[in-house]
Parts: sequence; C-alpha cells; structure tokens
Amino acid sequence: MAKEFVARGADLELKQIRKEFPGFTAIENLDLHVPAGEFFALLGPSGCGKTTTLRLVAGLESPTKGKIFIGGKDVTSTKPHERPVNTVFQSYALFPHMTVLENVAFGLRQRKVADPLAKAKDALNLVQLSHLADRKPQQLSGGQQQRVALARALVNRPSLLLLDEPLGALDLKLRREMQTELKAIQMEVGLTFLHVTHDQEEAMDMADTVAVMNLGRIEQMGAPETLYDRPKTVFVSKFLGQSNLLVGDVTSTSANSISIDVAGNKISVPKNRAEKHKGKIAIGFRPEKATFSSKKPTTSSSKNVIGPGEIIDIRFTGVSNQYLIEVPQLGNITVFAQNMTHFAPIEVGAKVWISWDVENSFGLSDLPAQNEKA
Amino acid sequence: MAFAAFGSSNAPAAAKPTRSGKVVIALLAPGLAYLGAFFLTPLFALIMVSLEVPDPTGGYAEYVPAFEIGNYLYVIGEYLPHILRSFGYALAATVLALLISYPLAYFIGVKARPRPLLQKLMLTLVIAPFFISFLLRTLAWKQIFSNESWIVSSLHDIGLLAPTQYVVGTPFMVIFGLTYNFIPFMTLPLYTSLERLDLRYLEAGSDLYASPTKVFRKVTLPLSMPGIISGTLLTFIPIAGDYINASGDFLGSSSTSMIGNVIESNYLQINDYPSASALSVLLMGVILVLVTFYVKKSGTEDLL
Ligand SMILES: Nc1ncnc2c1ncn2[C@@H]1O[C@H](COP(=O)(O)OP(=O)(O)O)[C@@H](O)[C@H]1O
Ligand SMILES: [Mg+2]
Repeated sequence: MAKEFVARGADLELKQIRKEFPGFTAIENLDLHVPAGEFFALLGPSGCGKTTTLRLVAGLESPTKGKIFIGGKDVTSTKPHERPVNTVFQSYALFPHMTVLENVAFGLRQRKVADPLAKAKDALNLVQLSHLADRKPQQLSGGQQQRVALARALVNRPSLLLLDEPLGALDLKLRREMQTELKAIQMEVGLTFLHVTHDQEEAMDMADTVAVMNLGRIEQMGAPETLYDRPKTVFVSKFLGQSNLLVGDVTSTSANSISIDVAGNKISVPKNRAEKHKGKIAIGFRPEKATFSSKKPTTSSSKNVIGPGEIIDIRFTGVSNQYLIEVPQLGNITVFAQNMTHFAPIEVGAKVWISWDVENSFGLSDLPAQNEKA
Repeated sequence: MAFAAFGSSNAPAAAKPTRSGKVVIALLAPGLAYLGAFFLTPLFALIMVSLEVPDPTGGYAEYVPAFEIGNYLYVIGEYLPHILRSFGYALAATVLALLISYPLAYFIGVKARPRPLLQKLMLTLVIAPFFISFLLRTLAWKQIFSNESWIVSSLHDIGLLAPTQYVVGTPFMVIFGLTYNFIPFMTLPLYTSLERLDLRYLEAGSDLYASPTKVFRKVTLPLSMPGIISGTLLTFIPIAGDYINASGDFLGSSSTSMIGNVIESNYLQINDYPSASALSVLLMGVILVLVTFYVKKSGTEDLL
C-alpha cells in the first residue's frame, strides 16, 4: 500500500464512525466524504473531536465502529505506516534528535525514494526555511517549527494530507500569509487536504468545502459562502460569524414564505430558506444585513422590521461600527453599519427601528438553548 | 560530560564574581573540601605507592618512595590476562544487562504508563533485591548452582554438562552473577529516560511510513540514548572493578580472577602494595579512556 504513491489526491470516506475512549464518546456517528483534490476544512470548537478524527484517518487510533476508505480502499485495519497519508501534527512532533533537513527527509528515506536530501531541500525551500536546514528543531521558533512540520509531510506527496491546526502558533500576519501559501501549494500539487481548525476565518478563506463539527458530529457541510449565507443550526449560525436569532411560533404561511410572531412583531423567512415550516422555530439574520433608522420604516412584505429599541452600546471596529440595540421583549440585537461620515451621529440611548430583507433571513432546524441570548 | 547523562538539566552558571558568586563558592566549599580530602589525597597517595620500590635495607613488605615506572610494565606483563578478562566480563555483563533491562524498562516506563500502580509495583520489584545484602544474594546463587543442586544434576542428566563439569567457578557463572547484581543499575536510568519519552514522536515516525521496527531504531532508541549511556556506565565501571562475583569464595575460581581479585590478593595476601596500587591506577586510567571515548562516540551531547 505505502509503495503506490501518486502525485494525485485520493478521496476520503468515513462511514458511520464512532470512537469511544474509556468513559467518553469522542465521536458519535460521523459520516464524511472528502472528494479527491479538494481543500476540505473541518471546523469546530476546541474539544469537539477534530484531532480524534484526523488520528482515525491517519491510523493512530482505531474506530470503535465504522469504516474508513482512502481512494476507495478500506484502510480501517491497516497500520499508520501503510496508509498513503501524512499528518502535520498540532504539536508538530519534530524529531528532536535530527536536524531540520533530516526531519524532512525522514519519510522519503523510509520509502527509499531516490535523492531524499535534495527533495527535502526543495520542500524546505517551499516553506522558506532552507537557511535553517542544519538546525535542530528546538532552535526554531514555533512558527518555523510549524513550517518544518508542513514540509516534512508535504515532501512525501501523500494522497491525503492531514493538517491539525497547522497555523495555530503563528501570529496573525504570518498566518494570513501562510494561508495563501498553503492554498497555493495545494492547488499546485493537487493533493487532498483535510485541514482542521477552530478559526472560522481561516476555514472560510482557504477551503473549498467546510464541515462544521460540534460535539463529535458534523452539524453542516458546504461551500463557505453557503454556510455563511444559510446556516441550518443555531451552532453554525453562531460559530461562523455572528447572528441575531428570533424565536416564535409560525402564525402564517404564504406561497413563498412563512412568518412567526415575536412579541407582536411579524418576522418572515422565505420557505426555501427555512428548515422547519411549522411550530416554534428560530429565524436569524446577519448583523451586517440589517440597518436601523430613527423613524419607523414603512412596512412591506419584503422587509422585516422590529422596534423600537434603544442603542445600548456602540463599538468602533475600524471598517464598521457595531451597534448593540436592546429591543424590549426581544433581547439584544447586533447591527453592523459601515463607518461612513455622512451618517448623522448616533449616540447611545437613541431610539431606533431595525429592518432587513426577508430574503436575508434564515430559518433554523433547532432552537437556541433557554439561557442562550437570542 | 558523561555525568550530564544522569538526567539533570544544564543550569546556567553564574558568570561574574558577584555576591551570588560568593554564595556559590561558599556552598561549593564543603563539596570541594570533601573531594580534596577523600578523593584527591588518596588518589595522590595511591599513585605515589604505585611507584615505590622494595626497601633494600628493610624486610618483607617494606617499601620506600621512588619513581619506578617499571612497576606498571611489570603488572601489565604479569596480569594482562586478568585485565583483559575483567573488561571482557564487564562488556559481556553490561550487554546482557542492557538486553534484559531495556525491554523491562520500556514496559515499566512506556507500556505501563496508563497503569501507575503497576508501574510503581514493578519499580519496587526492581529495587527490592537491594534490601538484602548483595553478598547474601550472591552466595544464594552459589547455592542454587552448587554441584549438588538439582539444577546441576539435571544438566548432567540431560547431557548439557559433561559429568566432570560444574557451573560454579566457570566464566558463565561469574558473568551471570555480575549481570544479576547490576541489572537494577541499568534498569533505573533506562526507566528514567523511557518514562519521559514523548510517544508523539513515535506516532510521527509511523505516520512517516516507518514500520514499528524502524520507529524503534530511528526514534525510540536514539531518544533513549541518555538512559542507555548512563545505564551502561553505571554497570560497566563497577563491574570492571568488581572482585566479589569472580572470587573463589563466591561464584568464581582461580581461572576467573578479575583485576579486582588480583588487587585484593596483592594488597591483602602477598602485601605487594606497589603492584596493587599500579593495577588500581591502571584500571582507573583504562576506564577513564574508555568512557571518554564512548561518550564522545555516542554523541549524546546533542540530546541534552
Ligand atoms: N486518549 C483519550 N482518552 C480520553 N479522552 C480523549 C482522548 N483523546 C481525546 N479525548 C477527548 O476527546 C475529545 C475530543 O478531543 P480532540 O479530538 O483532541 O478535540 P479537538 O482536536 O477538536 O480539540 C476531548 O473531549 C478529549 O478530552
Ligand atoms: Mg485538536
């Protein structure tokens, strides 16, 4: 198995994976398909089972239940060294007794590839570390170690590259640079990348497809734009960007939309953007899709309006201002507004109405927990 | 150098003779005085005695200071077989102890990590023999392998030993005893270094296509090198100078005499102090050279 290396990505399929540790179920029932050659991001909060998933794919853990296919082959019971997979570990795990160059050449040597040192040097060039080839890993900064780990995995041209938060230790600027670089490398080599991160911006920026993971399950999967535009669960709507959520019973249904009643306000969502059409549902909208005005806007069937509310906090974040508006009986609503000079200055305490296009609402499949603020 | 291998991390030394520098000197003083009184002085005396010649006017076992380098040539000529035997036995016993201790230490330090109770129990078992004097334990082995023992008679019966052959007094018995007595000194440093072994490196190795055997050779073994170095030093050095196991009173015979036995008989039986001293200095010198060479060669500095 380990011999047949192709400079081509393979697809990965996890079927009904379950992973139990003594006294703890890390992954409940995971189905995942990563198409060949894709940059796939697994996004989720710390402790949701991302590392465990990667370890299962790499063969460092075996699943309690379920099967793993790489390039169509069942690898569930093969040993790690027999899988055409390499990992960039969250802790880097660079061998402390070898130089940077020897670290990178390790996999090539094991597979008896010709000219391992030259290839390792090329890989170090790729991550711009060729000048540190003779150092020991302990003599490098965290960010440099991370790049060595990347080179050490990448140099093997595995059908599937697993990246466990590979940019976590970098500062923001270097991280954004490396994101661009990593994406370019992936396009160039055409390998399948399974990239794990808890940074939603990173996932959205780099990945073709993002799977949002929570408590050992995939909540939602799709292109970054789709996930952002139309989150299907409370968790996704909050984890990818910010959302305002309103909860109420469905009171009327028209041909294209459904409406709920929230403390006397009628809030509508297009039917094709709602997961549930009956009973008590949550409807959300993004803070930057809403505007507010000090006069009540004329009601129309294409706009949702709530208010009046009182501005209780204004935060300047550079490009935009974040307004926190307290609407009686509805809770706090966040609105982002572009920072434009011709706006009349609005101050804390002002009374405003909030409105957004019905088209920009989304209906979720679940409800926020009671104690969670909408 | 070698002693860095015993596990402590290197602390930065105080550079300037500041107030803390004085404190350092004050704290070091007792240790330095001890070294001077109980190491340097006897060493110097030993070297002086090793160069003495028999008193021309005196009687038996009386010597006068001289500078007789010939003493060294004499002991080398006379006792070369014993010297070679000592280092041969020491090498064999050290290698055997390493082969036995490594899997044991690996099990305690790595495999038993999820079960701290088992770990503690096994460590206790490794140390437990120390609660009984090693003289008694060595004598017990002599008893076990004595000519009348069922082990030896069984060996005779199945023909593994010729009817005239016995176990006690053979090189096998001596090496067995040496190995047995020094296994804890090998196991403990190995355990200390394997217990700290970060298993993530082993996982990285297997992720990079190394089979379990390769992972062991390329990752585990080099990373446990500090333990191997200190373990082998802690066994090889005392074994080379050991005189209990090889002595005729214990497991050996006149044909298994090691350098320690020769020194003992020269000092205590024939009272040839210069020869005994010369042998002692020689033993020390050879060990020093071997150890320096060994530590340099194994390149453990990189690991520390
Ligand atoms: N060997 C293990 N034994 C017990 N629990 C574990 C083990 N490894 C991971 N876990 C648990 O599984 C959960 C998921 O861990 P992990 O996959 O590392 O999360 P993530 O990488 O998403 O932060 C965590 O709650 C963690 O405590
Ligand atoms: Mg993790």
